[in-house]
Parts: sequence; C-alpha cells; structure tokens
Amino acid sequence: MSTIDIEPTDTVDARGAACPGPLMDLIGRVRSASPGDVILLLSDAEQSLTDVSEWVDETDNELVAVDESGDHYGFYVEVA
Amino acid sequence: MTERVAILGGGTGGAVLANNLAERLGPEIDAGDVEVTLINDDPDHVYKPVWLYIPFGQREPADGRRPLRDLVDDRIDLTIDRVTAIDTDGKELALRDGAGPLGYDYLVVATGSTLADDEIPGLAAGGHDYYSESGALALRDELLSMTEGHLVLSVVGTPHMCPAAPLEFVFMADDWFRKRGLRDDVEITYTYPIQRVHGNPHIAEWAAPIMDERDINVETFFNAESVDPDAKTITSMEGTDLDYDLLAAIPPHRGVDVVDEAGLGDRGWVDVDKHTLEAEAADDVYALGDAATTGVPKAGSVAHYQAGVLSQRLASEIRGRPATATYDGKTLCFVETGMDAASFVEFDYENPPSPAPPSEKLHWSKLAYNDSYWLTARGLL
Repeated sequence: MSTIDIEPTDTVDARGAACPGPLMDLIGRVRSASPGDVILLLSDAEQSLTDVSEWVDETDNELVAVDESGDHYGFYVEVA
Repeated sequence: MTERVAILGGGTGGAVLANNLAERLGPEIDAGDVEVTLINDDPDHVYKPVWLYIPFGQREPADGRRPLRDLVDDRIDLTIDRVTAIDTDGKELALRDGAGPLGYDYLVVATGSTLADDEIPGLAAGGHDYYSESGALALRDELLSMTEGHLVLSVVGTPHMCPAAPLEFVFMADDWFRKRGLRDDVEITYTYPIQRVHGNPHIAEWAAPIMDERDINVETFFNAESVDPDAKTITSMEGTDLDYDLLAAIPPHRGVDVVDEAGLGDRGWVDVDKHTLEAEAADDVYALGDAATTGVPKAGSVAHYQAGVLSQRLASEIRGRPATATYDGKTLCFVETGMDAASFVEFDYENPPSPAPPSEKLHWSKLAYNDSYWLTARGLL
C-alpha cells in the first residue's frame, strides 16, 4: 500500500499504453499545467521508470515521488 | 429488417472497409437486408503519402486526390456531408446539411487525424508542414528556393500520422541538397520529443547512426513550446532555443470533436479494444485507422489491415455468427532514406520492426505502391 501523502492537482492515466505513450501523455498535461501543480502519471510500462526521470532531469520540473507499491507505477511530477 | 452500417470518414480505412463490405455482403445488400452508408465531408478521397514528395517538387496535390464516387462500390450509399453529433444511445448521427438524423445499427468511426498548429504559439506563422496539401505547397515554395541556411525539422506533436515521415524528410533533404552541391551550405537539424530519434526503439537504433553519418544534427528531449516567427527561433519546454531559416514541423494532431462530445475518447481519438476495434464506451461502435487508439502507428497500412478485420467482424455480427477476426497490430511501412533509396519495416503487437537494408529496389517499390494505392482504395489490393 502506498505511503505517499501527496494530493495531485491532476492525474494522467496512461495504464495500458506502450512507451513512449505515458511520457508523451505526461508532457502533454504539463504543457497546460500551472507552476506548482503536481501531475500524477499512472503507467504500467517498465520503461517509464527511466523515461520519466530522464525527461524531468532535462527540465526544471521535479519528480517528487514514485509509487511502486501497486500493480502499476505512480509518478508525481511538480511543474516548475 | 434492414441492418444499417454507417462508416464515418472516407479516408483509407473508411473506403477500404466500404468496398470490402460491398464485396462480402453483396447478396444481402442487393436483397435490401443490409445498407452500408459512407459519410465524408469532402467528395474526394485523399491519399496523404503523396504530400512528402510535394516539397521536393516531385508530386502534385492532384496526384493524391480522386473522387470517392469513382473509388467506392455502387452498392455503397455515399453521403457527402459533415456529421455534427453522434448519439450512441439513440444510434443516430446528426448531419450538417442533410435532412433529419441518420440512424445506424453499427457505426464505424474512421475520422482520421487533423492538425492543431494553434496549440503551439507562433507555429502556424513561423513553421511549415507537409502534413496537409496547403502546407506542402507552402513548404515547396520555400524549400525549392533554399540554397543556404539552417533547415530544422521538428516533431512537435506525437502521436502523428506516418511516424516514419519525419525521418524520411531529413534523409531526403540531406540527399537532395548533397546531389545539388548545396549540402555544405545547408545545416540540417532534427528534433524529437523523447530521448531517442523515434518512438519505436528499434527504428531509433537503426536511424540514429545514419543521421550521424550524414551530419544531420539531432536534438532529443525537445518538446516545442513556442515559435517566434520574427526572430525565427523555436524554443523547447526543456529550455533549448534553435535558430532556423526554414522550419518544417510536424504539428500536434487531434481527431475530431464529435468523438469527445459523444464520450468515445479524448482529443478525437476513440478508445477501443486493440484486437476487436470495438469502442470501450458504447455498444455497436467501432473505430479504425488514425481515429482508433490501438497504440500502433497512424498509418495507411494499419487502416487497410484493420478494415479487413472489421469487415469480417461486421459481417459475422450481421449474420448472427460469433465474430472471430482480430487485429494483430500488423503495420507495414516503406521508409525513404534518400531520393533514390528506401528501407522497409513490418511489425505487429508481438514482433518488433527490423528495418531492411536501404536499396534502390525498395525505393521503387515504395513509388510503385504509391501509384498502385488506388487499387487498395478500391478494395482490390
């Protein structure tokens, strides 16, 4: 069970999508987000573990938490 | 009682499906037991792959247009109109021009892709594209007169039609300028939103060394945020600025609004089961081609193969038999690697692509298929 206590501003459910779909869905949502928003990306693609963190490193956004406790991943990204 | 099939959209998927159904259900249609209606808002069928060649002065828009009536079997009711609403509970379509709603028993959404340049500030004014007739013609005007400077190809939106076409464009441009002795004066840069040069890792792994060999600059993790048409710069969300003299961009894509309004999906893409192509949100509704979110490329070959599957499924449903045909993700694509060489890929949900070594034979195969395409649209090939 998740111990992450963050209330996301918005959730992007990309479960079932193959890479790079989840990352592109996240980027699309970040485009329209406001600074300080936290976007939760749900993905069951293993590749998202590297895709998301590598992309966030290229930007001023921050990956504040990753939930790996369930049958899918949850990436919490705070928008710069 | 007559079973009514409505096909919304007369692109590759819609046209091939209509002709396939006419062939498969011919006796039932002749007996009045089945009606198939194809609805399109343009009297012409448009074959978009022609547009890649227009900027290089090799093809004309007319090469990719033919009247739908000439391509579609006479047993199909062709309606030139615009669907303004889909009522999946009442099973009817509202039409812009036609009198009264059009009822259906089975609906196939084949509405394809549209361009959404307006999602990126400055893109429409500062960029060009070859993903529309008008865009390809405007790009041709610029490209044919370009003798020096910086040509930037930026993949702004994904998913987009024909995922190979951005690679093809820079490979062709490189070869085209090189053969004309201008390559030393024209810098070429390719940008892509993720950390590799193509969404599919196998194709990216194949393409990256070719770009390196040909001195095509690559900017990965480049998600265009804005374009400044006066300063001629494109800026990414990641904070990179690129100066350009000519910007060829792949604009963001969307489907059509009626899909969202009917609750069938987001951004105009219909959520479907990727094997049966049945819509997740409504009964007796299917989608194929660009409009369907199957995860495979938005490409004509996909729409073509999906149309064959849907034709079998619909015929089974109408005849009261279990529908067993399923789509396996089959995708086929020729990839131009220059002005006279091409590669070829074929893949599906289970088997990844393995690009063939580029050859002149594959280039001519691609051009030959582009002309043979009209047999595909007719349901013959």
